[in-house]
Amino acid sequence: MKIGVVDYKAGNLKSVETALKYLKANFIISGNSRDLAGCGKIIFPGVGEALSAMNVLNKSGLAAFMKNSFASDIPILGICLGSQIVLDTSDENNAVCLGLVPGRAVRFTKTSGLKIPHMGWNQVEIIRDHYIFNGVPDNSSFYFVHSYYPAPQSSNDVVAVTEYGKTFSSVFTSRNLVAVQFHPEKSGETGLQMLLNFIKH
Amino acid sequence: MLQKRIIVCLDVKNGRTTKGIKFQNNIDIGDPVAMAELYYHQGVDELVFYDITASTEKRSIMIDVVRRVAEKIFIPFSVGGGIGSLQDMKQVIMAGAEKVSVNSLAVKKPEIITEGALHFGSQCIVVGMDVKKDADMESGYRIVIHGGRTPVDLDALSWAKEVERRGAGEIVLNSIDADGTKDGYELNLTRMISESVGIPVVASGGAGIPQHLIDVFKEGKADAALIASMVHLDGFTVGEIKKEIEKAGIPVRM
Repeated sequence: MKIGVVDYKAGNLKSVETALKYLKANFIISGNSRDLAGCGKIIFPGVGEALSAMNVLNKSGLAAFMKNSFASDIPILGICLGSQIVLDTSDENNAVCLGLVPGRAVRFTKTSGLKIPHMGWNQVEIIRDHYIFNGVPDNSSFYFVHSYYPAPQSSNDVVAVTEYGKTFSSVFTSRNLVAVQFHPEKSGETGLQMLLNFIKH
Repeated sequence: MLQKRIIVCLDVKNGRTTKGIKFQNNIDIGDPVAMAELYYHQGVDELVFYDITASTEKRSIMIDVVRRVAEKIFIPFSVGGGIGSLQDMKQVIMAGAEKVSVNSLAVKKPEIITEGALHFGSQCIVVGMDVKKDADMESGYRIVIHGGRTPVDLDALSWAKEVERRGAGEIVLNSIDADGTKDGYELNLTRMISESVGIPVVASGGAGIPQHLIDVFKEGKADAALIASMVHLDGFTVGEIKKEIEKAGIPVRM
């Protein structure tokens, strides 16, 4: 099944591309919803700022494409910024986001000793079974780089949590969407395993 | 809990990893792509490649190394050395590097930090600082450039704060005094800088044994530690070093 990687000009997709090539996935990278329409799965990556990302998504028609794909239960993997803007809003420049999952992206509060962005390897504690963690040990470490974290409204949506100054949802799900705040494409063999789980599911 | 990172640094000249003292008497120690793969499988958290090739026409060799590394290892890595413009930054990022590192360029043209951060995001922009003890400076440390040969009129502490303000996502703090001694990182310097900025600080220069990394995490308050000859020449593996650090009660990715 072909995977469509959504390119909405938020950061560099090179590492997602090399990881998918390495895993021999059948994929295309495109910013055009007509090209992406034939894909059976969607990867929604992204690094950067929420408001400008939303502007690109709205102008290009990709926002409508994402909403339709979600409503028709196409499997979607959101990564990093792509895990935040599937929520209703982001505190980052008060962006109105895609609203696929109720909730918002919240900024880490600066407390003593806590550096922002949260950058580096941190552990992910699995709290609910999900295929994305098949073959991945509990409390494995993944690579994070972010200043805002996803806060889905319903705790039922939370799959895994991570501790950085506070406990936040590092993985959550709704229908056929699974959103991860860290970068599986930069998280070594465990990260590749997660991508493979998405490809094979 | 966020883990302390172990970063291996590879100096690359004409497409080969070299090791030398202050850019002199460099010896060939292997293929950077094969070495990157080896350290990746030993569990290194991140890699840094410094291009020390003198001539700009050989720049394409380095880009080719970056591209081949990106195809084989799936952890973040940064590229420094020879970055002279936004275009150079774009080239290494498009080849697959997660971050670019600027050092002398940032001192000569500090606006490159802000421009880089605006184009690629702060998380992509690493500022390397070469620092030397100097009693004439307010913090006791002076910035030097060109691999430590040229002192400049910049206090290390105020420069660290300035690069953060300009949008750098991380600082690699290299002590010229400790570099090559294998006597340990300069702990006072590292702690002073790390506690004064809100971005991660990578300690560099002086590592000889795993205890030095434990010291720089505990006493130096470093977020990450850079090593080179320990693993290139002295027979330590990344895994062994991490085991020692974990035994000391410091969170690391095992």
